[in-house]
Amino acid sequence: MSGVLSSSIGRKVAMAASAFFLMFFLLQHFVINLTSIFSADAFNELSHFMGTNPAVQFALQPVLIFGVVFHFVMGFVLELRNKQASVKYVKNNGAANSTWVSRNMIYSGLAILAFIVLHFIDFWFPEINHKYIANLPEDPSRYYGELVHKFHSPVRTGAYVAAFAFLALHLLHGFKSAFQSSGMSAKRAAKLETVSKIYAIGIPVGFIIIALFHHFNQH
Amino acid sequence: MDMNLKLKIWRQNGANDQGKMVDYSLSDVSPDMSFLEMLDVLNEQIINEGGEPIAFDHDCREGICGMCSLYINGEAHGPDRGITTCQLHMRKFKDGDTIYIEPFRAKAFPVIKDLVVDRTAFDRIQHQGGFISVNTSGNTQDANSLPISKHAADEAMDAATCIGCGACVATCKNSSAMLFVGAKVSQYALLPQGQVEAADRVRNMVAQMDAEGFGNCTNTGACEVECPKGISLDNIARMNREFFKANI
Ligand code: HEM
Ligand code: SF4
Ligand code: FES
Repeated sequence: MSGVLSSSIGRKVAMAASAFFLMFFLLQHFVINLTSIFSADAFNELSHFMGTNPAVQFALQPVLIFGVVFHFVMGFVLELRNKQASVKYVKNNGAANSTWVSRNMIYSGLAILAFIVLHFIDFWFPEINHKYIANLPEDPSRYYGELVHKFHSPVRTGAYVAAFAFLALHLLHGFKSAFQSSGMSAKRAAKLETVSKIYAIGIPVGFIIIALFHHFNQH
Repeated sequence: MDMNLKLKIWRQNGANDQGKMVDYSLSDVSPDMSFLEMLDVLNEQIINEGGEPIAFDHDCREGICGMCSLYINGEAHGPDRGITTCQLHMRKFKDGDTIYIEPFRAKAFPVIKDLVVDRTAFDRIQHQGGFISVNTSGNTQDANSLPISKHAADEAMDAATCIGCGACVATCKNSSAMLFVGAKVSQYALLPQGQVEAADRVRNMVAQMDAEGFGNCTNTGACEVECPKGISLDNIARMNREFFKANI
């Protein structure tokens, strides 16, 4: 296995592996957030578990942070190397043979990265501060109120909606691409078309609905 | 009906020259001409006017050698599908059209002159394993004595139709050579004769591909669309599997 990341195919497979992990995480995050629409108690309970369970906090969370950082750093590395390998045409008709989303992964990715930064400032830093720095007393029912409060601002809600639109664009190519990169034949990957669309559109739209629901349901 | 065309063609006097697009006009072009014949006529016109003819690559002019190249109106081998530039005909264009003609561009395919690029990087990749070693001393085993499934034989044959033209690299926004290398790895990976050297083949060919400075595949699928021989993306996935097997 030596030097896998120094070969182009190794990097490609590593990129796909980090993407699979992120897609699994996103699904899990979505399911938890979805409960906030139906039951404040269920959302509080799940958030409290995720926020205090040592296995989640000290095993899963570092893996997640590593996964996100690895994915976008590798994304930049691949983009830079690919830019170095290519020479610009005076006239290039990219639309003749490939989709816009597949050619612009770096831009949809950058939009998601901007969102992740905002998300950390909004939720993650206050969480870490609450739990480990200010050492405030744990209140298992605080999560729902914090969530609803964040979606009060139309600007923040708008930014969330836009970011998830970019995530949908990223996944419309990324979902299938990750399978192809891991060596699944194109014919099999083509059969994933429907699943891919359901995931790539369904999950971001779901997050958008959750954000809008709380925005318009302020008590 | 004969056509009058405006041509914008890349001229570059050697690898170190900057290069630029130069405008030409050509009249009375027959729709029955091939694209390369049109360039022949243009070159005669340039020579008659005392100019330096445009250098472009070609050999068989029947779609089998892979020598002709050209990026025409933003696409490798022009707007048609499943063909090389020598199989492209002027009937694909209209009277009054402006046609952009550029060399295949990639850092690993440096321009030699005008529209001629150096594709020997492909040869060097082939030298690293695009072959099988057989003893030809006289006791060679009859290939037909080895059972091969029809499916594997067909897929290997399809992969083997790659003519090494480089359109996949020219088209790819990343200048990745993975369709070419995928085809060359697959044609042997699918057959019993290729098994003995399979691990070394994929490892060495991929290492050479990287050393030549080709980019990394991001699965846009542009190569498959522009490939004159319809080489499938499956070959890239198979190369990835072979590479995986060889490295664990
Ligand atoms: C942090 C911001 C992000 C950046 C800068 C980014 C960047 C990129 C880039 C440049 C690629 C193209 C590489 C390739 O196709 O080989 C890519 C692929 C991909 N990304 Fe992202 N991305 C980000 C976040 C995400 C997130 C949050 C997810 C999923 C939840 C995701 C899922 C994927 C998938 C599935 C692929 C395809 C992997 C493959 O082709 O092997 N990305 N990303
Ligand atoms: S894979 Fe297709 S486009 Fe690439 S070199 Fe072979 S024949 Fe040409
Ligand atoms: S000149 Fe041989 S394929 Fe075009």
